[in-house]
Amino acid sequence: MKDRLEALRREALAQLQEVADPGRLNDLRVQYLGKKGQLTEVLRGMGGLSAEERPVIGQVANDVRAAIEGVIAEKQAAFDRADTERRLAAETIDVSLPGKAGARGGIHPLTKVTQEIEDIFLGMGYTVAEGPEVETDYFNFEALNLPKNHPARDMQDSFYITDEILLRTHTSPVQIRTMQAANGKTPLKVICPGKVYRRDDDDATHSFMFHQIEGLVVGPNIRMSDLKGTLLQFVQQMYGAQVQIRLRPSFFPFTEPSAEVDVTCTQCGGHGCRMCKHTGWIEILGCGMVHPKVLEHGGYDPKEVSGFAFGMGVERIALLKYDIDDIRHFYNNDLRFLSQFARM
Amino acid sequence: MNVSYRWLSEYIDLSGIEPQRLAEMLTRGGIEIDAVPSRNLGVSKTVVGYVKHKEKHPDADKLNVCTVDAGLGEDLQIVCGAPNVAAGQKVPVALVGAKLPGDLAIKNAKLRGVESQGMICSARELGINDKLLPKELQEGILVLPADTEIGADILEVLGLNDSVLELDLTPNRSDCLSMLGVAYEASALTGRPLRLPEPEKELYPSADKTADRVSVSIEAEALCPHYAARYIKGVKIGPSPLWMQNRLIAAGIRPISNVVDITNYVMLEYGQPLHAFDAAKVAGGRIGVRLAREGETLETLDGQTRKLEPHMLLITDAEKPIALAGVMGGLNSEVTADTVDIILESARFDGGSVRKTSRQLGLRSEASARFEKEVDPSRVRGALDRAAALMGRYAEGLVTEGVAEAVVSRPEPAIVELTLDRVNRLLGTSLSSLEVKTIWSRLQFAAEETGNGAWRVTVPTRRGDMTRDVDLIEEVARLHGYDEIPTTRIEGPTTTGALTKSQAIRRELRRLLAEAGLYEAVSYSVTSPANAARFPALSGGEAAKPIPLAMPMSEERSVLRTSLLPSLVEAAAYNLSRRSGDVALFEIAGVFHSEEAALTTLPHEKPRLAFLLTGNRRTAAWNRTAEPYDFFDAKGVLESVFARLGLAESVAYEASQPAGFHPGRTAALKLRDAHGGETIGYVGQLHPDLQREYDLGDAFVAELELAPLYARADARIAYRALPRFPAMERDLAVVVDAGVAGGDLVGAIRAAAGELLESVRVFDVYTGERLGAGKKSVALALVYRHAERTLTDEEVTEAHARAVQELAQSFGAELRK
Repeated sequence: MKDRLEALRREALAQLQEVADPGRLNDLRVQYLGKKGQLTEVLRGMGGLSAEERPVIGQVANDVRAAIEGVIAEKQAAFDRADTERRLAAETIDVSLPGKAGARGGIHPLTKVTQEIEDIFLGMGYTVAEGPEVETDYFNFEALNLPKNHPARDMQDSFYITDEILLRTHTSPVQIRTMQAANGKTPLKVICPGKVYRRDDDDATHSFMFHQIEGLVVGPNIRMSDLKGTLLQFVQQMYGAQVQIRLRPSFFPFTEPSAEVDVTCTQCGGHGCRMCKHTGWIEILGCGMVHPKVLEHGGYDPKEVSGFAFGMGVERIALLKYDIDDIRHFYNNDLRFLSQFARM
Repeated sequence: MNVSYRWLSEYIDLSGIEPQRLAEMLTRGGIEIDAVPSRNLGVSKTVVGYVKHKEKHPDADKLNVCTVDAGLGEDLQIVCGAPNVAAGQKVPVALVGAKLPGDLAIKNAKLRGVESQGMICSARELGINDKLLPKELQEGILVLPADTEIGADILEVLGLNDSVLELDLTPNRSDCLSMLGVAYEASALTGRPLRLPEPEKELYPSADKTADRVSVSIEAEALCPHYAARYIKGVKIGPSPLWMQNRLIAAGIRPISNVVDITNYVMLEYGQPLHAFDAAKVAGGRIGVRLAREGETLETLDGQTRKLEPHMLLITDAEKPIALAGVMGGLNSEVTADTVDIILESARFDGGSVRKTSRQLGLRSEASARFEKEVDPSRVRGALDRAAALMGRYAEGLVTEGVAEAVVSRPEPAIVELTLDRVNRLLGTSLSSLEVKTIWSRLQFAAEETGNGAWRVTVPTRRGDMTRDVDLIEEVARLHGYDEIPTTRIEGPTTTGALTKSQAIRRELRRLLAEAGLYEAVSYSVTSPANAARFPALSGGEAAKPIPLAMPMSEERSVLRTSLLPSLVEAAAYNLSRRSGDVALFEIAGVFHSEEAALTTLPHEKPRLAFLLTGNRRTAAWNRTAEPYDFFDAKGVLESVFARLGLAESVAYEASQPAGFHPGRTAALKLRDAHGGETIGYVGQLHPDLQREYDLGDAFVAELELAPLYARADARIAYRALPRFPAMERDLAVVVDAGVAGGDLVGAIRAAAGELLESVRVFDVYTGERLGAGKKSVALALVYRHAERTLTDEEVTEAHARAVQELAQSFGAELRK
């Protein structure tokens, strides 16, 4: 009987060695190990064995079964592995193809620049004040020390609606409105962003509508040196710690003394280039100490308080920042333009 | 103002300060210099020559062969093509080896076989802007005065060894609209002394009395505080001296004749405009100053007849108007070649009046520009005397004794008091008394020390811009140097920076819309009347009129916009025409409405949000077909907006047919409140007619008011504990009339099913033949839950039945099997 078992093992292992597909493997498993399989059949003859032989033969039978089962399991695992590999190979995709992009959109570059400037001043303790775009002559001009027929009104030729109502030519009327609303309280620290309008023919550098950001600080002892310090802090946050400022005397009816402010050219670092016309400096804003008459219109006593104000054109800052060649791009709403600013 | 460096050197020693350096000093001091062009554009080795003979070229009709003495000892033979060349002329001669502007090199040449040893030049060839030359000198070669020295360097003769400082003056510094003003400024900056003209010393006593020939009376006293006139007898009209012409040309003024040139020259020198009348044409020698009368006209020097208005200031003689004061002379009193005697005017006219008249008539001149900014009252007489003296010398005139003059008022120099402490406190500096005193003297301001570091400063009338202590403080600051002011931090209590609620909401909306795939647009606040009327429901109603600009620059920009959508529609069309067909744009901006036909108060500026979607939400790709935008994309954007603001449950969408929108695909947005609610905007498809007009495909848009959202937005987050008990889900499908709104079914179910209902949503809408015409099936998923316990089957069934019954009753809904 032992010989039969050994023969069965040899025969089974030889046949299993040849197996090439899972179906045949299953057939062999049934043929040898199934309820009616050859091994079971041999074992049925165990009843005729002596008590001494039975455990010996039983051991042999178990060995044979284990050997066959082991090979079958091995074979089965190999088939499973190959099957998985085949399936994965079939599932392979071209990872170079584009993804299912989420929607893309973005805020306008002028908004981007405005928010950036707002954030710097918010961090310095300023609040943001707003005012109407359609203004009275009083707030836009008279309260800002620009009486009727003042030659400086030429500087900002305006769109009137009636003799007394016009599209504001600057954000400065918000200064007056803010001061009046503050009702004499100090310190006052605000910036005022918004659209302004001037009678200009549109070209690459001029637009009849553009955006300004105005700043105003009023307090008991505000000095021109504070203005310089504030602007230096602002430009260094905006353009980097290496940037310096330079003030040149200028004129605005609502400030005295007044200055234009240049910053180190960000393109060349001050060595001189095309952008700064080889001066190393770029003009970015106008500023000054609030004129006593303006303080009076705002409800303050110029003997008690002083203040500084500054203003800049958002377009100009954006043009310089992104090296944009034509101011009109900002208002055409061309998606090829707008989509370039959809970044952090 | 264009300032000749060499002319300026006449008043102040500029040695060692090159034009570029001077320009830098002036700019840093507050007088901005735009450019410093050299007057010599590349002329060298060019001298004055004398044309001894002229002969016709043997082989060329249009050429002449000239024998020229150029002071070289030997005569030159020069072939010249200019028709005006003639023997006896003094002319510019570019010698062999000379360079002319445009890199032209002069060589020995043969012209049609005849040797030419140089070139006789025109003004243009010497780089002189010939628009500034008398007409007769614009054609052909430049003929120089007969007394010009032969062989002299043409650069010297024509004053081309010079640079021009182009001043870009701020309105307060009109004192620098004069050579003297610029000289004062240069003196203050450099500390060097001035040499000023002294015209009174150049006038010689005459037996003839001015008073016998001219009288002046001012009627319009408010607009003419001072009028002075001189009489110059027997002038000989001719060209002015070359040096004067050169200086005028450098300043950008065309020389005309000695008399006119002198008035212009003195205007440039003193900043005081002058006018010369032909005395023979001034009836009665009686100069008057008055306002124009209704219906009066005047033919001005440019030959145009001007209709005068009663606000315009006139100069008159005994009979008629002879000039528009400060703006332009009359043709009837013009100085011509035949003029013998002259009445010379030097006066002050009200700046505002001159400004108004010159603008209204479109007549802006060097003179009106100076009057508009007010001239220095102390120079009225000086300028008059200076010009009279020059006419004596260069027009052979005899200046009569005395001045005919009327003075209404003569402003005194301003006296301004200030203290050292105030200077240092406003600037943040620590200047000493001596440092400030030095600045007063550099400015030539008389300053009296009144003790305790205080000054009483007498400001000369030439600096009319100095009226307050802060004006003087600016002078101190700029002469001390803005760079020298320290950099400090604001002292005092700290303040907190924060955005207001509406500002924060605007930022949030921009971020949300950008993330939803829309790009932010910025468009013009003014538009055409047609655009302003496109969406009446958004523009304040059918009857509302847009607010027009008084003087628009074009029809397209003539009224304030009443809604944002027309701008976005135009932007979509703009992009479409550039092959960007998938457009998702939004804008946040104000629109302008008013109840008034003519504004007396400011209009309502309503902050709005609008957006437009057209084309595809997703373009076709390797793994998908294109997904075009539809109404529900637009509505979805709005739902995100309202959800972000905590208003998801507060907004209702009601079918609506506002003009400009697709009547079947538009909803009014109702913001519900205790009183029912208000319409805050619309969402829908553009009307197909409008889409066609702009060549757009289906475009889905929305526009809504932001103010109510600012007011109602609720940032508070009311946290609810996560559910601990299971939900029970029941689906429901009903057949209703096609016109029944799904939203109404949802609302009715919510109301009927009661508290146990957690949520209900539409998951399918179906129409088909099997349902019958005019019917649709709506399938809804209902979720029931109780917060404290597990629901029983019975109570859910009961609630569900209530919902079904309500639908049956209110909408005739039949359960679909």
